[in-house]
Amino acid sequence: MIWMIAAIFVWLVGWWANVRLAKMSKTRVTSLAVPAIFGITLILIWECLVRGLEISPVLLPPPSMIAARFAGSTGILWEDFVQTVLKGALSGYILGCGAAFLIAVLIDRFPFLQRGLLPVGNFVAALPIIGMAPILVMWFGFDWQSKAAVVVVMVFFPMLVNTVQGLQASDHMQRDLMRTYGASYMQTLIKLRLPAAMPFIFNGLKIATTLALIGAIVAEFFGSPVKGMGFRISTSVGQLALDLVWAEIVVAAVVGSAFYGGVALLEKAVTFWHPSQRG
Amino acid sequence: MARLWYRLGPIVTVVIAIFILWYAGTIALNAPWAHDKAKRAGVELAFSELVADTMSQKKPKLPAPHQVGEEIWKTTGAMVAKGRTFSKRSLFYHSTVTLSSTLLGFALGTVLGIALAVGIVYNRTMDMSVMPWVIASQTIPILAIAPMIIVVLNAVGISGLLPKAVISMYLSFFPVVVGMVKGLRSPDHMQLDQMKTWSATGGQEFWKLRLPSSMPYLFTSLKIAMAASLVGAIVGELPTGAVAGLGARLLAGSYYGQTIQIWSALITAAALAAALVGMIGMIQTVVLKRMGMVR
Repeated sequence: MIWMIAAIFVWLVGWWANVRLAKMSKTRVTSLAVPAIFGITLILIWECLVRGLEISPVLLPPPSMIAARFAGSTGILWEDFVQTVLKGALSGYILGCGAAFLIAVLIDRFPFLQRGLLPVGNFVAALPIIGMAPILVMWFGFDWQSKAAVVVVMVFFPMLVNTVQGLQASDHMQRDLMRTYGASYMQTLIKLRLPAAMPFIFNGLKIATTLALIGAIVAEFFGSPVKGMGFRISTSVGQLALDLVWAEIVVAAVVGSAFYGGVALLEKAVTFWHPSQRG
Repeated sequence: MARLWYRLGPIVTVVIAIFILWYAGTIALNAPWAHDKAKRAGVELAFSELVADTMSQKKPKLPAPHQVGEEIWKTTGAMVAKGRTFSKRSLFYHSTVTLSSTLLGFALGTVLGIALAVGIVYNRTMDMSVMPWVIASQTIPILAIAPMIIVVLNAVGISGLLPKAVISMYLSFFPVVVGMVKGLRSPDHMQLDQMKTWSATGGQEFWKLRLPSSMPYLFTSLKIAMAASLVGAIVGELPTGAVAGLGARLLAGSYYGQTIQIWSALITAAALAAALVGMIGMIQTVVLKRMGMVR
C-alpha cells in the first residue's frame, strides 16, 4: 500500500515540476530537464508499482533489479555488444549505406534508371525485408557475416531512395549557374549537388541507424553463435531470466540512441546552413 | 501511349532486369550442389543439364522464380480449387492470421498516435516531456524484445492476437505521432488568426482547421505505419513456436531448410504489404480529392 501511495506521490511531484518548468521560458536547461524528469518519474513509478502490486520479477523485474543485473554481468553484455553492434550492425551499416550512396550517384547520371529504380526502390523499402533474414543466415552462415548482410539489405533501399531524391534537390537556377561557370559534371556534383543532398542523405542515415540495430538483433533469432544480443534475448526469455533481457534492452536502447544522436550531431555540423537546423 | 511508356518503361525494364539477375543467381548459387551430385553419380554435366538441374532442386540455395511461383500456386490457388482454402497448409490461412494482428495493431497504433499528437500539440508540458521520449522509444529495437513481450503477456494469460498486435502497435504509433504533430501544426498564423477573428472555439479550431489540414500528413504516416505494423506482426510470430502466420512459415522454413517455402512466404508478405499500402494510397486519393486538396 505504501508503495502505491509513493507511486502516486512521485507522479504528482514529477508532473507538477514539469508543468512549472514548461511554463518558464524555453532555455537549454528546461528543454533537457523536462524530459529527464519525465523519464525518472516513469522509472520510479515502475519501481513502486512492481513492489506495490507484488508483480513477480519473472514477469516484470523492477528497475533496481535490472540495474543490479546490469552491473553484475558487464562481461557478457560487452561480449554481446561487440558481436552484435560492432561486428554485425556497424559493418553492415557502413557497407549498406556506402553501397547505396555510390549506386545512387551512378543512377543519377541516367534518368532512365532513375525513373525505373526509384519506384521499385520505394516499393522495396516498404516491404518486410527483415523476412530475408533466414535466407541470408542460410547463405552466409551463423556468424556475424550473415547479420551484416541482413543489415546491408535493410538499410540499402531507404538510403538509396533518400540519396537519389537528395541529388535532385538542387534547383534549376543553381544548376544553370554552375553551367554558366563552365563547371564540369564532377565539379557540379561535389560543389553543388552533394551539399544540397546532405539533408536527405542524413535523413536516410538516421532511418538506417535503427534499422541496422533491428536487423542485426532479429537476424540472430534465426541462428547465431552462442553470443550476441539477439541470441541472449531469445535464450534468456526461455530461461525466464528477464532481468538479463532487460539489461540487454538497456544496452540496445543506449546504443540505439547514441548511434542516432551521433548521426544527428554530424548532420548538425554538415548541414548547418539548412533552415531546419537554424530554427 | 508514349507518356505511358515514359512512366512504365523504366520500371518494367528494372523488374525484368531483377528477374534476369535472379535466374543468373539461381544458376550460380545452385551450381556447386549440382556439380557435387554429378560427381558422386560419376557423370559429367553439360551446360544445359547443369541449368536444368539448378532450376529444379528440392532444397536449392536460391529457388528459381518459377519454383517459388509454383509453390505459391500450390498453397493458394490449388488449395482453393480443392475447397481447402483455410487448411493449415494454405498461405491464405497464414496470411489471414498475420493480417488480423497487423490490422489490429495498426488500428491501436493509429488511435494512440493521434491521441498523443493531439496532447502534444495542445499541452506544452506534454510536448516538452513526452516528445523526446517518443523519439527515443524508436531507437530501442522493439523487434528485439518481441519474444519477451509475447512470453510475458502469455504468462499473464493474454495470448493469441493481442501480444502480436501490441508489437505492431508499438511500431506503428511512432510515424503517426510525428506526422500528426507536424500536420496539426501545419496551419499558419494567418489561418489561425482568421479563426480567432471568427471567434471560433478551441473545438471548432481543431475540427474545422487543424484536423482537415493535417490529412495529407496523416495519410503519409499511415502508409509507413502500415508497413511497420506488418513487420511487427511477422516478427511477433517468430517466438510463438511457429504455429501460424507468415512469420511462422519463415521460421519453420529456416528450421527445415525449405528455401522454397521461405521464399513463397516472403513473396506473400511482400504482396500483402503492397496491397495494404496501396489501399491506403487509394483512400488517400479519394479523401483528399473530396476535400479539395488535390487537383
